[in-house]
Amino acid sequence: MLGYLARRLVQAVLILLGVSVVTFALLYLLPADPVRQIAGRSATAQTVENIRRQLGLDQPFLVQYGRYLLGLVQGDLGRSYLQRSEVSDLIAARLPASLLLMAGAIVCELAIGLTMGLVAAVKRGSATDQTLMVGSFVTVSAPQFVVGLLLLYVFAVRLGWFPIGGYGTFRHLVLPSLTLGILGAGWYSRMMRSSMIDVLRQDYIRTARAKGLPRLTVLLRHALPNALLPVIAMIGIDIGLFMSGIVVVESVYGWPGIGQLAWQAIQRIDIPIIMGVTLVSACAIVLGNLLADIVSPFIDPRIRLR
Amino acid sequence: MTDRTVPEAATAAPVAVHRERGVLARLLRRPLALLGLAIILLTVLGAVFAPHLVAHSPDEQLFEGLTIEGAPLPPGGQFLLGTDLLGRDLLARILYGARTSLIIGILANGVSLTIGTLVGVLAGFFRGFFGNVLMRFTDLMMAFPALLLAICLAAVFQPSLWIVALVIALVNWVQVARVIYTETSSLTAREFIEAERSIGAGSGRILFRHILPHLYSSIIVYGTLGISTTVLLEATLSYLGVGVQPPTPSWGNIIFENQTYFQAAPWLVFLPGAAILALALAFNLVGDALRDVLDPTQRGRL
Repeated sequence: MLGYLARRLVQAVLILLGVSVVTFALLYLLPADPVRQIAGRSATAQTVENIRRQLGLDQPFLVQYGRYLLGLVQGDLGRSYLQRSEVSDLIAARLPASLLLMAGAIVCELAIGLTMGLVAAVKRGSATDQTLMVGSFVTVSAPQFVVGLLLLYVFAVRLGWFPIGGYGTFRHLVLPSLTLGILGAGWYSRMMRSSMIDVLRQDYIRTARAKGLPRLTVLLRHALPNALLPVIAMIGIDIGLFMSGIVVVESVYGWPGIGQLAWQAIQRIDIPIIMGVTLVSACAIVLGNLLADIVSPFIDPRIRLR
Repeated sequence: MTDRTVPEAATAAPVAVHRERGVLARLLRRPLALLGLAIILLTVLGAVFAPHLVAHSPDEQLFEGLTIEGAPLPPGGQFLLGTDLLGRDLLARILYGARTSLIIGILANGVSLTIGTLVGVLAGFFRGFFGNVLMRFTDLMMAFPALLLAICLAAVFQPSLWIVALVIALVNWVQVARVIYTETSSLTAREFIEAERSIGAGSGRILFRHILPHLYSSIIVYGTLGISTTVLLEATLSYLGVGVQPPTPSWGNIIFENQTYFQAAPWLVFLPGAAILALALAFNLVGDALRDVLDPTQRGRL
């Protein structure tokens, strides 16, 4: 187990290194010039050159990347080009909002998805089952920005139950969490359904029924925990979905998280911020996947880590 | 399946052929697949015959398309789906937008399916150093937040229809590669491949006559499901303004252009939104049904 963990951690570091090279190279190749953005339209050629030299952007690619990497291993993500602050400070200031949003989304997707899957599995083959499964297809086929705008229109603009956007209270959190979570709810409902159906086929469920336990007790006490575990183990993998989703959801609701930070930075070609957010996201995705892999043998002892 | 590929598969794997017979017939017996196929057919017809279906071009800013105060017209009346902020016929924009979605959906997905299959098959078949390098690269791509990568790529190249398709393909091939890799490496370990090797068959023969035919079902299934992902990603990029650029209509950029006014004119957001949902749903329904029909062991999984 320890050996496995060490190997996976080394792999994770190598992957993050790869991500940093690819992103850095992409941004280096950018046809738009970040220095022009900083200097403004009226800047003289001399000023532009000075800024370029100051930021080290006149250096060859490998030197620039080497410098970045050197800072990175010391925990330094560099300074924003346009905002006079450290990238790590900017990310640290925005990260809690994004984490809160993702936590809300996890609650929503589990609450909706697991319930749908459970009901569908119990009523397997019925019209309810089919309706729920079509519903799960609809949720995975709905573009997040449309879902966001729809919820916003119905529950904020028309009904006035929730604020139209912004950040601060619990009521601000509901619609963005629902929007981000609804995609995952579709996936979870299908996983939960097939996991539950597998469990309900097992002999020990028949035994429990045979010894006269009420149906609901068998379902909730005997079947549910076993069906739930493999599904819950997938949460780590959701991080990848969330990291893409927050860019859209935060922009629809004006949620001040790292998705917005990245999106604004891309529009202004603020390269250090783009690098920083990409690396933080990649880090989260790699850790999420690692977590999902580490948990699975605890949940199902038949799985061996190699 | 075209006529040419079936006999080839027949020599390699009789089981696969048995499954492939009557795929369409079995597909058509499923109501959800039928619904999906109907939506796809409708979209294709709408996109192809767009010029004959609407009186106005999608770019024409019509004087009668705005109220006296300059507001867009709601659905009904002279314009079936209403008009947008510039007084353009929304039905025309949605029909021409279907072209964008379909072209990108099929093109981008075709490219990502090709890259994914190639990487997956090569990595699964030639294990060792070469295969390892390919799979580590796939892992690396998996670690990228897909949307951020697509936005960065779209910003690097100036977005046109073709560039957007390419960007989506470059982001989306990873899932296909993983699935195909897993299947190929388990196939390669099977006895019939070893038997083939022992009678002196070369790698090329084994790959094309024995491995690939077994992968057809997966390629067809993921090819269909992938169009759905592609349509959604294109819509998202265009909604953010880094996808297909106006005035070329795309369902995503119709929403991008009109969303500032969406509280007063919700149809400008929700009609194109419904179109995106319907098309993505259609390909998901057909893809899922195909999986059931082609591979009964996977029934019920998404």
